[in-house]
Amino acid sequence: MDALTWTGVLAPLLPVLGVLAAAPPALAAIRLLLGALSAPAGPVPGGIDRALAWSSAALVLAVAGLLAAGAALGTDAGILGGMARRLLPVWIALALVLALSRLLRRRLGLYGKLFDSPIGTAGFALAAFWVLAAIFGAADLILTHDPLAQSGAMKNAPPGTPFTQMLGEAPAGAYPFYLLGGDNLGRDVFSRMIAGAWTVVQIAPLATGFSFMVGITLGLPAAYVGGRLDMGLTFVANLILAFPVILLFYLLVTPEIVATGIPTYMAMVLFVFPIVFVAVLLNARYRTRPRLLAPLLAATIGGLGWLYLSLVSEPAGPVRVLPPGADLFDVPGGILVVFVAVVFVNAPTVFRIVRGIALDVKTRDYVAAARTRGEGPWYVMLWEILPNARGPLIVDFCLRIGYTTILLGTLGFFGLGLPPESPDWGTTINEGRKLLAIYPHPALAPALALLSLVLGLNLLADGLREESLRE
Amino acid sequence: MGAFLLRRVALMLATALCLTFVVFALTNLAPNLEKMAKSQGNTRMTDAEVASWLESRGYDRNLFVKYGEWLGVVPGHVVRQADGSVRGRCFGEAPEPPPNAAAFCGVLQGNWGYSTVFREDVGAIVATRLALTGKLMGWTLLLMIPAALVIGVLAGMREGSRTDRTLSSVAVLSTATPEYVSGVILITVFASSAAGVGWFKGTATSAMEDATFWNFFLPVLTIALYGMGYVARMTRAAMAEVMTQQYIRTARLKGVRFRDVVLRHALRNALIAPFTVIMLQVPWLLNGVVIVETLFNYKGFGWTLVQAAGNNDIELLLAVSVVSVVVVLLTQLISDIGYIYLNPRISVT
Repeated sequence: MDALTWTGVLAPLLPVLGVLAAAPPALAAIRLLLGALSAPAGPVPGGIDRALAWSSAALVLAVAGLLAAGAALGTDAGILGGMARRLLPVWIALALVLALSRLLRRRLGLYGKLFDSPIGTAGFALAAFWVLAAIFGAADLILTHDPLAQSGAMKNAPPGTPFTQMLGEAPAGAYPFYLLGGDNLGRDVFSRMIAGAWTVVQIAPLATGFSFMVGITLGLPAAYVGGRLDMGLTFVANLILAFPVILLFYLLVTPEIVATGIPTYMAMVLFVFPIVFVAVLLNARYRTRPRLLAPLLAATIGGLGWLYLSLVSEPAGPVRVLPPGADLFDVPGGILVVFVAVVFVNAPTVFRIVRGIALDVKTRDYVAAARTRGEGPWYVMLWEILPNARGPLIVDFCLRIGYTTILLGTLGFFGLGLPPESPDWGTTINEGRKLLAIYPHPALAPALALLSLVLGLNLLADGLREESLRE
Repeated sequence: MGAFLLRRVALMLATALCLTFVVFALTNLAPNLEKMAKSQGNTRMTDAEVASWLESRGYDRNLFVKYGEWLGVVPGHVVRQADGSVRGRCFGEAPEPPPNAAAFCGVLQGNWGYSTVFREDVGAIVATRLALTGKLMGWTLLLMIPAALVIGVLAGMREGSRTDRTLSSVAVLSTATPEYVSGVILITVFASSAAGVGWFKGTATSAMEDATFWNFFLPVLTIALYGMGYVARMTRAAMAEVMTQQYIRTARLKGVRFRDVVLRHALRNALIAPFTVIMLQVPWLLNGVVIVETLFNYKGFGWTLVQAAGNNDIELLLAVSVVSVVVVLLTQLISDIGYIYLNPRISVT
């Protein structure tokens, strides 16, 4: 069997695609130069703008066409075709999500408004692509090979190499190619890239959510009450921020520290915040209706508390509170530590942002009105100040998921936290960088994946910011 | 101003003390000490041997006492060994304590300790490594600041124009590319002869003695790219805000040329915010430095941090964290003071 080329039978289309891909940046550069030179003289001739718009549209259409043709032809259309075919479930789901959101955008609030901005739509599509790829990858619809399985014959194989094994025949049902080649241990780069997306999608949004719970629960009182409380909390936040992130990771995530149980104790403290947050939220709202409040609080604290205890208690870990039967799930040791480290690094920044916005919002008249009619401080903070601070917080949430993704990559890059064979992007980049000058493909694939996901999230945040400012 | 400075310096000292204590406590945890004993002595030591190794070197005492010794406010320890000789913090090994040995030898006395990994004085290591990283940082700033300011000013002078959109996209792209991603891409494209053009060198080890464009540009560019986008976005926002001010409109209506409006009237006021952002960006660059020095094998300060942290080299790690904390706090202080000087509407009192 021959090795695959990048585009297979579609190769004649490549020059066309090359021209189309080069045109928009080139036109944009010319446009920029003209703009800089002729800024005092007046507007740039309109022709170039039109050419730019048309060439960009043509490029998008051509890429979509290439992917569609690839999905139809499979590996006949080369490596790209093979990948397009494997990712078919993602394309279908993505098209459905985009079409539905676009159709219903008037009824979906801020999320729907996102689809009015091309930048926001592009960012959403990129981010959604990786989320869907991760989910379908975890459901084993996309992976071509086991991301941990090694094949001695495939060490550093270039992209498109037919799959063989050093000993014996390849199993009958196995996918016949390593689409993006093999890494230094002969594992499939494409499957590892998709499997790595799942690590990010599992950890990044949840960790960011926890950072926001911690930041909000501490930032609102710091701004609202002020005084000593504010001074103390700000000092601690600045203390954590003054640490170089990588030093902090090295101090928290090494196996020796994990053995002392410090990360688990930190997890116990940090994971209390969501429970406190929800309980205070409900209590502030329904304080005047004790009949409703009591069962509601009991249910939430009971439910969240159980989740909390299952999360922190590990059969072999330092904390064993729950009997094994009542322990709902066990988080693999490495993931919990990584999670705690990332929340710990992010929370002080969120705290500062929340505090800054709350300091501004608390001077508004509606806050004074709520106070005058006798609302308690927590009600004012959570039901008057917080909803009015949501715009910048939502934008920052998107940005921060991207930043958390970068932090996870940093951890992997230094080989901290996750096991060395883990397919997450940072670890894979770290593995691949040793032979980077000779075999760049094992490191390049996860690097581009991480770049596109973070870029998507940043564009998404930009689109959200633009649309929420327009309100 | 004096009171403000005094308060800030006091706060800095408090922060530095807290942080070094946290680092000290974490590096002195029992599993870390055991790992260090095994890597220094031999890997097959029994628990009892580890304990006696730690005891003979004074590691088994109270955490606060040890921290005080490191700081130089508690007299250095003197431990009598099993064979009758003594081992002291301030004089090393000797048959008897030398009469002229200093009682205190900590950071306050200028003694930063001894690195167990490099087998050298910590002060000397940190000085040479910092000089190397200073070179890297200097070139990075020299590349990053002008590029970011030009992009930000061009984008912000006509908000919402196509120029703005193009340049803002470039800025977003650069903030979305962490150093370990852009480094990998740049090395593949520019330094790998198998997949790219192979113009540059993929390692910067030779740049430590003799930096040339070909072995030093890629690491500098890698760090500069990630920081550039953020500074450019801040500059753009500041510039866009200034361009909506009344006095700019007045100047335009009087018939001043657009170029002169931008260069003479807008630029000065638009550069206040980027100044503080650039100063606050320096600690972030420190992160990039660690990644890039590891990736390009440039043995500077960041590389030393990784070596010290990976091998639990306590005194080197403490010195490294003191330096980085001082950098963080000093840049914050400079940015605050600069902001006050540049913007006469702000007062500290």
